[in-house]
Amino acid sequence: MKPTSLLHTSTFRYAVIYMTVFALSVCGVLAFLYWNTIAVIDTQGDDTIEAEIIGLAEQYKARDLAGLAEVIRTRSAGISGRRNLYILTTPFYAPLAGNLTQWPAEAQGDPRWIDFRFGQASDPGEPPQIARGRTFLLPGGYHLLVGRDLTERTAFRKSITETLVWALLMTVILGLGGGYLLSRNFLRRIDAIGDSSRAILHGDLSQRMPLTGTDDEFDRLADNLNEMLDQIERLMDGMRGVADNIAHDLRSPISRLRGRLEMTLRAAPDPVRYRETLEKTIEETDGILETFNSLLAISLAESGALKDGFETLDLGALARDAAELYDAAAEQRGQKLTTEIAEGCLVRGDRNLLSQAISNLLDNALTHTPDSGAITIAVAQTAEGPQLTVADNGPGIPESDRDRVLHRFARLDASRSTPGSGLGLSQVAATARLHEAALCLTDNQPGLRVSLTFENSAAA
Amino acid sequence: MRILLIEDDREAAGFLTKGLQEAGYVVDHAATGPDGLHLATTESYAAMIVDRMLPGVDGLNLIGLLRKEDIDTPVLILSAMDKVTDRVDGLRAGGDDYLTKPYAFSELQARLEALLRRGQSAPTADAHLRVGGLEMNLLTRQVTRDGHPIDLLPREFQILEFLMRHSGQVVTRTMLLEAVWNYHFDPKTGVIDVQISRLRQKLDKDFDQPLLHTVRGAGYCLREAD
Repeated sequence: MKPTSLLHTSTFRYAVIYMTVFALSVCGVLAFLYWNTIAVIDTQGDDTIEAEIIGLAEQYKARDLAGLAEVIRTRSAGISGRRNLYILTTPFYAPLAGNLTQWPAEAQGDPRWIDFRFGQASDPGEPPQIARGRTFLLPGGYHLLVGRDLTERTAFRKSITETLVWALLMTVILGLGGGYLLSRNFLRRIDAIGDSSRAILHGDLSQRMPLTGTDDEFDRLADNLNEMLDQIERLMDGMRGVADNIAHDLRSPISRLRGRLEMTLRAAPDPVRYRETLEKTIEETDGILETFNSLLAISLAESGALKDGFETLDLGALARDAAELYDAAAEQRGQKLTTEIAEGCLVRGDRNLLSQAISNLLDNALTHTPDSGAITIAVAQTAEGPQLTVADNGPGIPESDRDRVLHRFARLDASRSTPGSGLGLSQVAATARLHEAALCLTDNQPGLRVSLTFENSAAA
Repeated sequence: MRILLIEDDREAAGFLTKGLQEAGYVVDHAATGPDGLHLATTESYAAMIVDRMLPGVDGLNLIGLLRKEDIDTPVLILSAMDKVTDRVDGLRAGGDDYLTKPYAFSELQARLEALLRRGQSAPTADAHLRVGGLEMNLLTRQVTRDGHPIDLLPREFQILEFLMRHSGQVVTRTMLLEAVWNYHFDPKTGVIDVQISRLRQKLDKDFDQPLLHTVRGAGYCLREAD
């Protein structure tokens, strides 16, 4: 597997698209969180400062400057972490009280709200920190600044940025990795199917798509493909069989035909003989044509192309039609042809093929039943569906041969002497398959009993 | 009677022309669709025999064009395509009958004659069919010969009706199978023969002059004794 092919899979492309969308939404969520939190922190800070100022103003009113300085001193000392900042200076900015070492440069001239930097008294080596504060000019020129350390806000901003970077990094790594794994998994399944189909293309029709047994969508696809391949293989086998059988069953009459014509031509000219030969030739040609037509009818049934033209048919009427065609022939041979037809057995199917199949069954029964035998054609509604049965009391077919007679050109040795192309029952079998009907050959004790059960036929 | 034959296979056309001429027809032959169309529109024919696969204009299109021009000469379609759907296509295009290749000449002749007869006499609304002393009442479904009732099975009645409607013409086995059973395949030979001989028993047994004749190598013919 080439790594480039992995990047070109649609799965990988989807993974990358998904990853990008996901990363953008992570950024969005964090940005929203950041701006909201900052706003809250800012408002809280300003509120704290306001409250602080109100408190100090009350102290000033009550106890004047000395009291204020005292309170400031207490508050600055009492609170660790330096969250609140205070400084009280003389009119010349000389510090009097507070936890700031000096009046910040940004606060010169007493603007109201300011952002300012301040050095750390405890550790002068540290870079100055940022704070926000409010200044007041007290009566007598004294300056007061109440501020709040913004280190927390800075730290929060930093951690959000870090989170963002890490989240993006993880998203990309997981996205690409996941995409890679998914694509590899998909590609492995696809490649397995691809390998099998290539093997089949190269002529190994026995190959099948691999199944994992998980019954996922790939298994279902492979299952369908396998079913299709089974069908193709069956058809191919059938074709091969036909080719062999055509070679056998059409070649021999044709060569017989040719031989006779050749012999007649070589013999002394004789109109009577010529006429006889020509008549036999036409007869033989008709026989060849009959075989040929049966083969075509079977291939037509097997191609499934007729399914579109299916119509709702009365199985009983079809059986009665066929019985009324064969009754005279049965009568002539002293055979008793009985019909037992239930009304209203409807099937979906092709009229011509079904009629032909029923005719073939009757023809077989008549041919293989001795004179004065009995043949019954029945149509009944069974639990499985509408059923057509043709039964005779002839010699029947040995159980071991029942499967074989359904194949093309199969003629049991015992019946070699009776006429027929050997295609009758295989036409019935092909028609049964096309109509999804179950074809069943059983022992009629004595005789053969053939039944066609239209299991899937919705009696519409 | 003038027949137009449109068939691109020269040899097959040769056989057909010769056979039809011997049967007493005057035959014009066209080897391509356009030639055939030209002849069919400029000359007058009693019937046409049209091959389905033609160079230039396809046989079915040709028939369609003729029907659009209100030329309703009966048409017999010849085709190598033998599916029932092909037949339906052919008849839907305006053909009057459909014959699959290869065919016996006698079959073609019988069908052609049936077509020509159809063109001549409009189907009678009469409830009685009569051939010689044989009479059929289509309403009461009674059949008599010289006044003697003949008892027929429903199928035999249908066969006889078809034979009587085509009396004096050769009716082939496949024509009977198509008309009476609506079967478009060949059941094993002999089935129809046995049906006919049973019918003949009932019709001719007690009479000197047979009405139902077998035409060797072709079919049957119901006609009055000469």
